[in-house]
Amino acid sequence: MVENQVEVKLKSGLQARQAALFVQQANRYKSDVFLEKDNKKVNAKSIMGIMSLAIARGTQVTLIAAGDDAEKAVAALTEFIEQED
Amino acid sequence: MVQVTTRDVIEKFNLQIISGHEGIGRYITMSDISRPGLEMAGYFTHYPANRVQLLGKTELSFFEMLPESVKSERMRLLCARNTPAIIISRNMEVPKELIEASNENHVPVLVSKQTTTHFSSRLTNYLESELAPTTAIHGVLVDIYGIGVLILGKSGVGKSETALELVKKGHRLVADDSVEIRQESENMIIGSPPPLLEHLLEIRGIGIINIMTLFGASAIRPYKRITLVVELEIWDPDKVYDRLGLDEEKMKIIDTELTKLTIPVQPGRNVSVIIEVAAMNYRLKKMGVNAAEEFSRRLDAVIASNGEMDDFK
Repeated sequence: MVENQVEVKLKSGLQARQAALFVQQANRYKSDVFLEKDNKKVNAKSIMGIMSLAIARGTQVTLIAAGDDAEKAVAALTEFIEQED
Repeated sequence: MVQVTTRDVIEKFNLQIISGHEGIGRYITMSDISRPGLEMAGYFTHYPANRVQLLGKTELSFFEMLPESVKSERMRLLCARNTPAIIISRNMEVPKELIEASNENHVPVLVSKQTTTHFSSRLTNYLESELAPTTAIHGVLVDIYGIGVLILGKSGVGKSETALELVKKGHRLVADDSVEIRQESENMIIGSPPPLLEHLLEIRGIGIINIMTLFGASAIRPYKRITLVVELEIWDPDKVYDRLGLDEEKMKIIDTELTKLTIPVQPGRNVSVIIEVAAMNYRLKKMGVNAAEEFSRRLDAVIASNGEMDDFK
Protein backbone atom coordinates (compact mmCIF):
# COMPACT_ATOMS: atom_id res chain seq x y z
CA MET A 1 0.00 0.00 0.00
CA VAL A 2 1.30 3.42 -0.99
CA GLU A 3 0.12 6.69 0.54
CA ASN A 4 0.92 10.28 -0.27
CA GLN A 5 -0.44 13.52 1.09
CA VAL A 6 -0.74 16.21 -1.58
CA GLU A 7 -1.92 19.79 -1.77
CA VAL A 8 -4.18 20.53 -4.71
CA LYS A 9 -2.59 23.22 -6.86
CA LEU A 10 -4.96 23.12 -9.85
CA LYS A 11 -6.04 26.72 -10.33
CA SER A 12 -9.77 26.22 -9.97
CA GLY A 13 -9.72 22.97 -8.06
CA LEU A 14 -11.13 19.71 -9.36
CA GLN A 15 -13.92 21.06 -11.53
CA ALA A 16 -15.99 18.66 -13.60
CA ARG A 17 -13.60 18.48 -16.57
CA GLN A 18 -10.51 18.12 -14.38
CA ALA A 19 -12.26 15.47 -12.30
CA ALA A 20 -12.99 13.53 -15.49
CA LEU A 21 -9.32 13.72 -16.50
CA PHE A 22 -8.23 12.67 -13.00
CA VAL A 23 -10.49 9.61 -13.08
CA GLN A 24 -9.28 8.79 -16.57
CA GLN A 25 -5.69 8.80 -15.27
CA ALA A 26 -6.59 6.62 -12.30
CA ASN A 27 -8.28 4.10 -14.59
CA ARG A 28 -4.99 3.47 -16.39
CA TYR A 29 -3.70 1.52 -13.39
CA LYS A 30 -4.70 -1.92 -12.20
CA SER A 31 -4.29 -1.04 -8.52
CA ASP A 32 -7.18 0.03 -6.34
CA VAL A 33 -6.76 3.78 -5.95
CA PHE A 34 -8.47 5.95 -3.36
CA LEU A 35 -8.55 9.61 -2.54
CA GLU A 36 -9.19 10.84 1.00
CA LYS A 37 -10.29 14.30 2.06
CA ASP A 38 -11.39 15.18 5.62
CA ASN A 39 -11.75 11.50 6.55
CA LYS A 40 -13.96 10.87 3.53
CA LYS A 41 -12.47 8.20 1.31
CA VAL A 42 -13.68 7.67 -2.25
CA ASN A 43 -12.62 5.42 -5.10
CA ALA A 44 -10.42 7.48 -7.40
CA LYS A 45 -11.77 5.58 -10.39
CA SER A 46 -15.33 6.75 -9.74
CA ILE A 47 -16.12 10.10 -11.29
CA MET A 48 -19.21 10.80 -9.19
CA GLY A 49 -17.28 9.93 -6.02
CA ILE A 50 -14.45 12.35 -6.83
CA MET A 51 -16.81 15.14 -7.81
CA SER A 52 -18.88 14.68 -4.62
CA LEU A 53 -15.88 15.88 -2.59
CA ALA A 54 -15.82 19.28 -4.37
CA ILE A 55 -12.06 19.67 -4.01
CA ALA A 56 -10.86 23.28 -4.09
CA ARG A 57 -7.38 24.65 -4.73
CA GLY A 58 -5.25 24.46 -1.61
CA THR A 59 -7.05 21.44 -0.14
CA GLN A 60 -4.94 18.70 1.42
CA VAL A 61 -5.85 15.24 0.09
CA THR A 62 -4.34 11.81 0.54
CA LEU A 63 -3.82 9.43 -2.36
CA ILE A 64 -3.86 5.78 -1.41
CA ALA A 65 -3.16 2.89 -3.75
CA ALA A 66 -2.80 -0.85 -3.32
CA GLY A 67 -1.69 -3.27 -6.02
CA ASP A 68 1.12 -4.06 -8.42
CA ASP A 69 1.43 -0.60 -9.93
CA ALA A 70 0.46 1.34 -6.80
CA GLU A 71 3.68 3.39 -6.79
CA LYS A 72 3.21 4.50 -10.36
CA ALA A 73 -0.44 5.32 -9.83
CA VAL A 74 0.21 7.53 -6.82
CA ALA A 75 3.11 9.28 -8.57
CA ALA A 76 1.07 10.04 -11.70
CA LEU A 77 -1.98 11.27 -9.80
CA THR A 78 0.17 13.38 -7.49
CA GLU A 79 1.70 15.04 -10.51
CA PHE A 80 -1.76 15.66 -11.96
CA ILE A 81 -3.07 17.27 -8.78
CA GLU A 82 0.04 19.37 -8.24
CA GLN A 83 0.06 20.93 -11.69
CA GLU A 84 -0.99 24.54 -11.74
CA ASP A 85 -3.38 24.76 -14.69
CA MET B 1 -27.16 13.77 -59.95
CA VAL B 2 -30.84 14.44 -59.45
CA GLN B 3 -32.66 15.78 -62.43
CA VAL B 4 -36.05 17.28 -62.95
CA THR B 5 -37.52 17.60 -66.40
CA THR B 6 -40.34 19.81 -67.58
CA ARG B 7 -42.40 16.64 -67.91
CA ASP B 8 -42.08 16.05 -64.12
CA VAL B 9 -43.41 19.53 -63.42
CA ILE B 10 -46.34 19.05 -65.84
CA GLU B 11 -47.31 15.83 -64.07
CA LYS B 12 -46.78 17.16 -60.57
CA PHE B 13 -48.85 20.33 -61.02
CA ASN B 14 -51.30 19.03 -63.59
CA LEU B 15 -50.42 21.70 -66.15
CA GLN B 16 -51.90 22.03 -69.57
CA ILE B 17 -49.42 22.06 -72.42
CA ILE B 18 -50.19 24.58 -75.15
CA SER B 19 -47.22 24.51 -77.49
CA GLY B 20 -43.57 23.52 -77.79
CA HIS B 21 -44.31 19.83 -77.15
CA GLU B 22 -40.89 18.75 -78.40
CA GLY B 23 -39.21 20.43 -75.44
CA ILE B 24 -40.86 18.61 -72.54
CA GLY B 25 -37.74 16.56 -71.94
CA ARG B 26 -35.72 19.68 -71.05
CA TYR B 27 -33.93 19.67 -67.72
CA ILE B 28 -34.67 22.16 -64.98
CA THR B 29 -31.37 22.71 -63.21
CA MET B 30 -32.19 25.40 -60.69
CA SER B 31 -34.98 26.09 -58.25
CA ASP B 32 -35.07 29.84 -58.92
CA ILE B 33 -38.01 31.07 -60.95
CA SER B 34 -37.90 34.11 -63.21
CA ARG B 35 -40.72 36.56 -63.88
CA PRO B 36 -39.52 38.25 -67.05
CA GLY B 37 -41.06 41.70 -66.65
CA LEU B 38 -38.06 43.74 -67.75
CA GLU B 39 -37.45 41.34 -70.61
CA MET B 40 -40.95 42.06 -71.89
CA ALA B 41 -39.90 45.72 -71.98
CA GLY B 42 -36.91 44.79 -74.12
CA TYR B 43 -34.09 44.48 -71.59
CA PHE B 44 -32.53 41.06 -72.17
CA THR B 45 -28.99 41.80 -70.93
CA HIS B 46 -29.20 39.64 -67.81
CA TYR B 47 -32.02 37.37 -68.92
CA PRO B 48 -31.80 34.16 -66.80
CA ALA B 49 -32.80 31.93 -69.70
CA ASN B 50 -32.10 28.64 -67.91
CA ARG B 51 -34.81 29.22 -65.29
CA VAL B 52 -38.49 28.44 -65.50
CA GLN B 53 -40.23 31.61 -66.75
CA LEU B 54 -43.49 32.52 -65.09
CA LEU B 55 -45.87 34.99 -66.72
CA GLY B 56 -48.64 36.47 -64.60
CA LYS B 57 -51.29 39.06 -65.18
CA THR B 58 -48.81 41.96 -64.90
CA GLU B 59 -46.46 40.64 -67.55
CA LEU B 60 -49.20 39.66 -69.98
CA SER B 61 -51.18 42.88 -69.67
CA PHE B 62 -47.97 44.81 -70.28
CA PHE B 63 -47.28 42.63 -73.31
CA GLU B 64 -50.70 43.49 -74.75
CA MET B 65 -49.76 47.17 -74.69
CA LEU B 66 -46.65 46.65 -76.79
CA PRO B 67 -46.69 47.76 -80.42
CA GLU B 68 -47.42 44.86 -82.79
CA SER B 69 -44.03 45.34 -84.45
CA VAL B 70 -41.96 44.21 -81.44
CA LYS B 71 -44.24 41.50 -79.97
CA SER B 72 -42.89 38.60 -82.04
CA GLU B 73 -39.28 39.54 -81.50
CA ARG B 74 -39.67 39.80 -77.69
CA MET B 75 -41.29 36.39 -77.51
CA ARG B 76 -38.62 34.86 -79.70
CA LEU B 77 -35.92 36.19 -77.35
CA LEU B 78 -37.87 34.83 -74.38
CA CYS B 79 -37.92 31.33 -75.88
CA ALA B 80 -34.19 30.75 -75.53
CA ARG B 81 -32.37 27.56 -76.45
CA ASN B 82 -32.06 26.51 -72.79
CA THR B 83 -35.34 27.76 -71.32
CA PRO B 84 -36.98 24.73 -69.70
CA ALA B 85 -40.54 26.07 -69.70
CA ILE B 86 -42.70 29.17 -69.86
CA ILE B 87 -45.68 28.96 -67.55
CA ILE B 88 -48.77 31.16 -67.73
CA SER B 89 -50.81 31.41 -64.53
CA ARG B 90 -54.51 32.05 -63.79
CA ASN B 91 -55.55 30.06 -66.86
CA MET B 92 -54.96 33.14 -69.00
CA GLU B 93 -54.95 33.06 -72.74
CA VAL B 94 -51.53 32.54 -74.33
CA PRO B 95 -50.53 35.29 -76.82
CA LYS B 96 -50.28 33.92 -80.34
CA GLU B 97 -46.78 35.40 -80.72
CA LEU B 98 -45.61 33.22 -77.82
CA ILE B 99 -47.15 30.09 -79.36
CA GLU B 100 -45.38 30.74 -82.64
CA ALA B 101 -42.02 31.47 -81.02
CA SER B 102 -42.22 28.48 -78.68
CA ASN B 103 -43.07 26.03 -81.46
CA GLU B 104 -40.13 27.36 -83.43
CA ASN B 105 -37.63 26.94 -80.56
CA HIS B 106 -39.24 23.92 -78.86
CA VAL B 107 -39.85 25.64 -75.53
CA PRO B 108 -42.88 24.15 -73.76
CA VAL B 109 -45.59 26.67 -72.88
CA LEU B 110 -47.75 25.53 -69.98
CA VAL B 111 -50.85 26.90 -68.33
CA SER B 112 -51.74 26.70 -64.64
CA LYS B 113 -55.12 27.42 -63.04
CA GLN B 114 -53.51 28.87 -59.93
CA THR B 115 -52.63 32.46 -59.16
CA THR B 116 -49.10 33.56 -59.95
CA THR B 117 -47.67 34.03 -56.43
CA HIS B 118 -49.26 30.86 -55.08
CA PHE B 119 -48.03 28.78 -57.98
CA SER B 120 -44.60 30.36 -57.83
CA SER B 121 -44.07 29.41 -54.18
CA ARG B 122 -45.37 25.88 -54.69
CA LEU B 123 -43.08 25.39 -57.67
CA THR B 124 -40.07 26.77 -55.77
CA ASN B 125 -40.73 24.39 -52.87
CA TYR B 126 -41.07 21.44 -55.21
CA LEU B 127 -37.92 22.27 -57.17
CA GLU B 128 -35.90 22.96 -54.04
CA SER B 129 -36.77 19.61 -52.55
CA GLU B 130 -36.23 17.74 -55.84
CA LEU B 131 -32.92 19.44 -56.56
CA ALA B 132 -31.61 19.18 -52.98
CA PRO B 133 -28.10 17.77 -52.54
CA THR B 134 -28.20 14.09 -51.60
CA THR B 135 -25.93 11.40 -50.24
CA ALA B 136 -26.26 7.89 -48.82
CA ILE B 137 -24.89 6.63 -45.52
CA HIS B 138 -24.45 3.14 -44.13
CA GLY B 139 -26.49 3.15 -40.95
CA VAL B 140 -29.94 2.81 -39.43
CA LEU B 141 -32.44 5.64 -39.00
CA VAL B 142 -35.02 5.41 -36.23
CA ASP B 143 -37.57 7.92 -34.96
CA ILE B 144 -37.29 7.89 -31.16
CA TYR B 145 -39.82 10.09 -29.32
CA GLY B 146 -39.95 12.31 -32.41
CA ILE B 147 -36.16 12.65 -32.66
CA GLY B 148 -34.59 11.26 -35.84
CA VAL B 149 -31.62 9.26 -34.58
CA LEU B 150 -29.09 8.00 -37.11
CA ILE B 151 -27.26 4.95 -35.73
CA LEU B 152 -23.82 4.42 -37.25
CA GLY B 153 -21.17 1.79 -36.62
CA LYS B 154 -19.15 -0.92 -38.24
CA SER B 155 -20.85 -3.93 -39.74
CA GLY B 156 -21.73 -6.45 -37.05
CA VAL B 157 -21.73 -4.02 -34.12
CA GLY B 158 -25.49 -4.49 -33.69
CA LYS B 159 -27.17 -1.57 -35.43
CA SER B 160 -30.07 -3.58 -36.85
CA GLU B 161 -30.53 -5.53 -33.60
CA THR B 162 -30.69 -2.26 -31.70
CA ALA B 163 -33.22 -0.91 -34.20
CA LEU B 164 -35.35 -4.03 -33.72
CA GLU B 165 -35.32 -3.56 -29.96
CA LEU B 166 -36.28 0.10 -30.41
CA VAL B 167 -39.18 -0.90 -32.68
CA LYS B 168 -40.36 -3.40 -30.04
CA LYS B 169 -40.34 -0.54 -27.52
CA GLY B 170 -42.75 1.37 -29.79
CA HIS B 171 -40.36 3.56 -31.79
CA ARG B 172 -40.38 3.80 -35.57
CA LEU B 173 -38.02 2.43 -38.16
CA VAL B 174 -37.22 4.68 -41.10
CA ALA B 175 -34.36 2.90 -42.85
CA ASP B 176 -32.04 -0.03 -42.20
CA ASP B 177 -28.54 -0.53 -43.57
CA SER B 178 -28.62 2.26 -46.15
CA VAL B 179 -30.08 5.69 -45.51
CA GLU B 180 -30.65 8.10 -48.37
CA ILE B 181 -30.07 11.62 -47.16
CA ARG B 182 -31.15 14.89 -48.73
CA GLN B 183 -30.50 18.38 -47.50
CA GLU B 184 -33.81 20.11 -48.09
CA SER B 185 -32.75 23.45 -46.70
CA GLU B 186 -29.96 24.84 -44.61
CA ASN B 187 -29.40 22.70 -41.52
CA MET B 188 -32.25 20.38 -42.37
CA ILE B 189 -31.42 16.90 -43.57
CA ILE B 190 -34.02 14.27 -44.24
CA GLY B 191 -33.33 10.54 -44.27
CA SER B 192 -35.35 7.91 -46.08
CA PRO B 193 -34.86 4.30 -47.15
CA PRO B 194 -33.94 3.30 -50.69
CA PRO B 195 -37.33 2.36 -52.22
CA LEU B 196 -36.33 -1.30 -52.50
CA LEU B 197 -35.48 -1.62 -48.78
CA GLU B 198 -38.54 0.15 -47.41
CA HIS B 199 -39.92 -1.46 -44.20
CA LEU B 200 -37.23 -4.13 -44.24
CA LEU B 201 -34.71 -5.05 -41.57
CA GLU B 202 -32.00 -7.66 -41.76
CA ILE B 203 -31.21 -9.61 -38.61
CA ARG B 204 -28.37 -12.12 -38.59
CA GLY B 205 -29.76 -15.58 -37.95
CA ILE B 206 -33.32 -14.73 -39.03
CA GLY B 207 -32.80 -13.00 -42.34
CA ILE B 208 -34.87 -10.24 -43.87
CA ILE B 209 -38.01 -9.30 -41.96
CA ASN B 210 -40.78 -6.85 -42.81
CA ILE B 211 -41.32 -4.46 -39.91
CA MET B 212 -44.59 -3.13 -41.34
CA THR B 213 -46.30 -6.51 -41.57
CA LEU B 214 -44.80 -7.75 -38.30
CA PHE B 215 -45.43 -4.72 -36.10
CA GLY B 216 -48.00 -2.67 -38.02
CA ALA B 217 -48.16 0.76 -39.57
CA SER B 218 -47.20 2.54 -36.35
CA ALA B 219 -43.75 0.92 -36.41
CA ILE B 220 -42.52 2.60 -39.57
CA ARG B 221 -42.04 6.02 -41.09
CA PRO B 222 -41.28 6.83 -44.74
CA TYR B 223 -38.85 9.66 -43.95
CA LYS B 224 -37.60 11.65 -40.98
CA ARG B 225 -35.46 14.67 -40.27
CA ILE B 226 -32.14 13.61 -38.73
CA THR B 227 -31.17 15.52 -35.59
CA LEU B 228 -28.89 13.19 -33.63
CA VAL B 229 -26.14 10.79 -34.65
CA VAL B 230 -25.18 7.87 -32.41
CA GLU B 231 -22.10 5.89 -33.27
CA LEU B 232 -21.81 2.40 -31.82
CA GLU B 233 -18.39 0.89 -31.38
CA ILE B 234 -16.92 -2.12 -29.65
CA TRP B 235 -15.67 -1.04 -26.21
CA ASP B 236 -12.00 -0.11 -26.41
CA PRO B 237 -10.45 -0.08 -22.92
CA ASP B 238 -7.77 2.38 -24.05
CA LYS B 239 -10.20 4.88 -25.51
CA VAL B 240 -11.69 7.70 -23.49
CA TYR B 241 -15.47 7.96 -23.60
CA ASP B 242 -17.38 11.05 -22.59
CA ARG B 243 -18.21 10.83 -18.89
CA LEU B 244 -19.80 14.21 -18.33
CA GLY B 245 -21.73 15.24 -21.42
CA LEU B 246 -20.46 18.84 -21.17
CA ASP B 247 -18.85 18.92 -24.58
CA GLU B 248 -20.66 17.96 -27.75
CA GLU B 249 -18.99 16.15 -30.60
CA LYS B 250 -20.21 17.21 -34.05
CA MET B 251 -20.48 15.44 -37.35
CA LYS B 252 -21.03 16.99 -40.74
CA ILE B 253 -23.42 15.45 -43.26
CA ILE B 254 -23.58 17.38 -46.54
CA ASP B 255 -23.44 20.92 -45.06
CA THR B 256 -25.30 20.25 -41.85
CA GLU B 257 -23.62 19.90 -38.46
CA LEU B 258 -25.21 17.32 -36.18
CA THR B 259 -24.57 16.37 -32.57
CA LYS B 260 -22.84 13.01 -32.39
CA LEU B 261 -22.54 10.64 -29.44
CA THR B 262 -20.15 7.71 -29.36
CA ILE B 263 -21.52 4.80 -27.38
CA PRO B 264 -19.33 1.82 -26.52
CA VAL B 265 -20.96 -1.57 -26.91
CA GLN B 266 -20.18 -4.29 -24.42
CA PRO B 267 -21.99 -7.41 -23.32
CA GLY B 268 -24.43 -6.44 -20.60
CA ARG B 269 -24.89 -2.89 -21.84
CA ASN B 270 -28.39 -2.39 -23.07
CA VAL B 271 -27.74 -0.22 -26.09
CA SER B 272 -31.36 0.40 -27.02
CA VAL B 273 -32.15 1.84 -23.59
CA ILE B 274 -29.03 4.03 -23.76
CA ILE B 275 -30.03 5.36 -27.18
CA GLU B 276 -33.59 5.95 -25.97
CA VAL B 277 -32.26 7.99 -23.06
CA ALA B 278 -29.79 9.81 -25.32
CA ALA B 279 -32.71 10.92 -27.49
CA MET B 280 -34.74 12.07 -24.47
CA ASN B 281 -31.75 13.88 -23.01
CA TYR B 282 -31.15 15.60 -26.34
CA ARG B 283 -34.75 16.82 -26.36
CA LEU B 284 -34.35 18.06 -22.81
CA LYS B 285 -31.18 19.96 -23.74
CA LYS B 286 -33.01 21.60 -26.65
CA MET B 287 -35.66 22.71 -24.17
CA GLY B 288 -32.93 24.32 -22.10
CA VAL B 289 -32.41 21.74 -19.36
CA ASN B 290 -28.82 20.56 -19.32
CA ALA B 291 -28.12 18.27 -16.37
CA ALA B 292 -24.36 18.17 -16.94
CA GLU B 293 -24.04 21.96 -17.08
CA GLU B 294 -26.27 22.47 -14.08
CA PHE B 295 -24.25 20.00 -12.09
CA SER B 296 -20.98 21.57 -13.19
CA ARG B 297 -22.19 24.99 -12.03
CA ARG B 298 -23.28 23.58 -8.69
CA LEU B 299 -19.90 21.88 -8.26
CA ASP B 300 -18.02 25.07 -9.13
CA ALA B 301 -20.02 27.00 -6.51
CA VAL B 302 -19.24 24.42 -3.81
CA ILE B 303 -15.55 24.34 -4.77
CA ALA B 304 -15.44 28.14 -4.64
CA SER B 305 -16.97 28.23 -1.15
CA ASN B 306 -14.67 25.41 0.04
CA GLY B 307 -11.70 27.40 -1.25
CA GLU B 308 -12.77 30.53 0.65
CA MET B 309 -13.14 28.63 3.92
CA ASP B 310 -9.62 27.25 3.52
CA ASP B 311 -8.26 30.80 3.37
CA PHE B 312 -9.31 31.32 7.00
CA LYS B 313 -7.51 28.26 8.26
